[in-house]
Amino acid sequence: MTNRLILILALAGLLTACGSSQEKSGAAEVVDGTGSENGAKTFGAGENSIGEADPLTADASSPLSVKVLYFEYDSSEVLPAYKEVLEAHANFLAQHPERVVSLEGHADERGSREYNLALAERRSQSVKSQMMVFGPSASQLRTTSYGEERPVNEGHDEQSWSQNRRVEIIY
Amino acid sequence: MNKNILVLLFGLLLSLNAHAALDITITEGVEQALPIAIVPFEWQGLPDDLPVDMHVTIANDLSRSGRFQTMDPADMPQRPVQFSQVSFNDWKLLGMENIVIGNVRPLAAGNYEIEFRLINTISGAQVAGFRIPASRDQMRRTAHRISDIVFEKLTGIRGAFDTRIAYVTVKKQADGKKMYSMQVSDADGFNPQVLLESKEPLMSPSWSPDGKNLAYVSFEGRSSAIYIQNIFNGTRERAASNPGINSAPAWSPDGSRLAMTLSKEGDPEIFVMHLISKTIQRLTTNRSIDTEPSWSPDGRSLVFTSDRGGSPQIYQMSAAGGEAVRLTFTGNYNARARYSPDGKSLALVHGADGMYRIAMMDLTQKYMNLLTTARYDESPSFSPNGSMIIYATTTGRGSELAAVSADGRVHQRLAFQDGEVREPAWGPFPQP
Repeated sequence: MTNRLILILALAGLLTACGSSQEKSGAAEVVDGTGSENGAKTFGAGENSIGEADPLTADASSPLSVKVLYFEYDSSEVLPAYKEVLEAHANFLAQHPERVVSLEGHADERGSREYNLALAERRSQSVKSQMMVFGPSASQLRTTSYGEERPVNEGHDEQSWSQNRRVEIIY
Repeated sequence: MNKNILVLLFGLLLSLNAHAALDITITEGVEQALPIAIVPFEWQGLPDDLPVDMHVTIANDLSRSGRFQTMDPADMPQRPVQFSQVSFNDWKLLGMENIVIGNVRPLAAGNYEIEFRLINTISGAQVAGFRIPASRDQMRRTAHRISDIVFEKLTGIRGAFDTRIAYVTVKKQADGKKMYSMQVSDADGFNPQVLLESKEPLMSPSWSPDGKNLAYVSFEGRSSAIYIQNIFNGTRERAASNPGINSAPAWSPDGSRLAMTLSKEGDPEIFVMHLISKTIQRLTTNRSIDTEPSWSPDGRSLVFTSDRGGSPQIYQMSAAGGEAVRLTFTGNYNARARYSPDGKSLALVHGADGMYRIAMMDLTQKYMNLLTTARYDESPSFSPNGSMIIYATTTGRGSELAAVSADGRVHQRLAFQDGEVREPAWGPFPQP
């Protein structure tokens, strides 16, 4: 069990970087003006005028640096290993009521597309309801679902699928 | 606002190219097929000006139904054009009971007249014979109509060659980004028409029963929304864009309502939208996933996928609402069911042992029959005559289309030449 948790967390850490860069390139396609909800633009120094390092990016060892949560097959249950991560993000949002995050749910390719769209949405809602326990308002947590339509890994094996069953926390 | 990410194209006005985007290969199941000879039609116009090789199109149609084995013209003992020219004995000796003969005659102003006869060489009688006028653009459809007539005369089942399919294609562009495209083509893959292109995912094409409109899901607004697009003139409207998911549109058989999955009230639930009044009615109330509705052909009930029992299974309920009854008990994954046109069976995705295959379930006997053998098959859709099921199968090259006869005997691949093809939806019979 412990080994599995370590593996999950290692995987989560490993993939955070590629997950967020994926997001940046995804956002670049969209030119409808709503791109600002994507984290890349809002981390700028201008926003944090008090000059503090943004805890979301500054400290790689902080649970706040984990922004992708992975799930078991056909499950929307948040794994216990992510308790600390969710609590950290939720506390950060509770202290920064002006910040809004997108919780973007995804599924692996197996099974039917429309069921996976619903499954991925439930994943994002599970993350939302667990985070709300720690104080952020519902309006700070936006859920969206892309189902299996946006895999980060296009392989057809368990390693790829495990990276695709995810919720991305996007500031 | 969406101009930069979206190109709307007018359905029938734009032809991508004259060639088939889909290459069809029959992979198994031809051994029990009925032999038939489609004799090359006589062309009475200028030598290099024949618009469509009628006999090739007809032979391809009949072959890929799996019910016919067509004779190579090189093996034919003669090439008659008129009934009086047929040497019945020559064909009988070869065991060729049925032959089709015909000719194409150019008329004025780009119009043509196609004449064909289906002849039984044993009885020496004409089984069917028609003269059909057609413009140059209508020639392929005319060939499909002839295939339909031959198919119905010899099998007793209405042919579905003169029909269309809708599907989603995904192409990686030079910059590595994906381009999604909603397309409609003839059932044999010819004449692909682009209805919509987007850099955001497209999903779930669903035909209106009159074949004039396509409902689908587009993420162009950065979350799912249901659109209805007129495939003839390209105009469209947004039918549903609520908070949460807007997915799985399914047209009622009378065309007046659209079933769909919305999660605006929290959980994904089945709703029915009345298309004229735009009022919506909630059908399911459950703290689980309810999605993928499909109407029974009589419009009285719907089947849908729900994980209320712990795993995705198929449930059925009245279109007026009420209790849902679980239909599937075999295996831990049964999803995205579609009613057969006669309402007696369901085609669905059956998952077991890490394999996802297309299965047919008899609604009376409740037994399930696996139709496919690949690892990741999904999105089954019946031909309007119920004889074939088209579906998507994932290979090393990504998703492509395949078809299987409803009895599981005949398998074929429809290989797209470029990019992925997914979520095929077979359109209705043409309107009279």
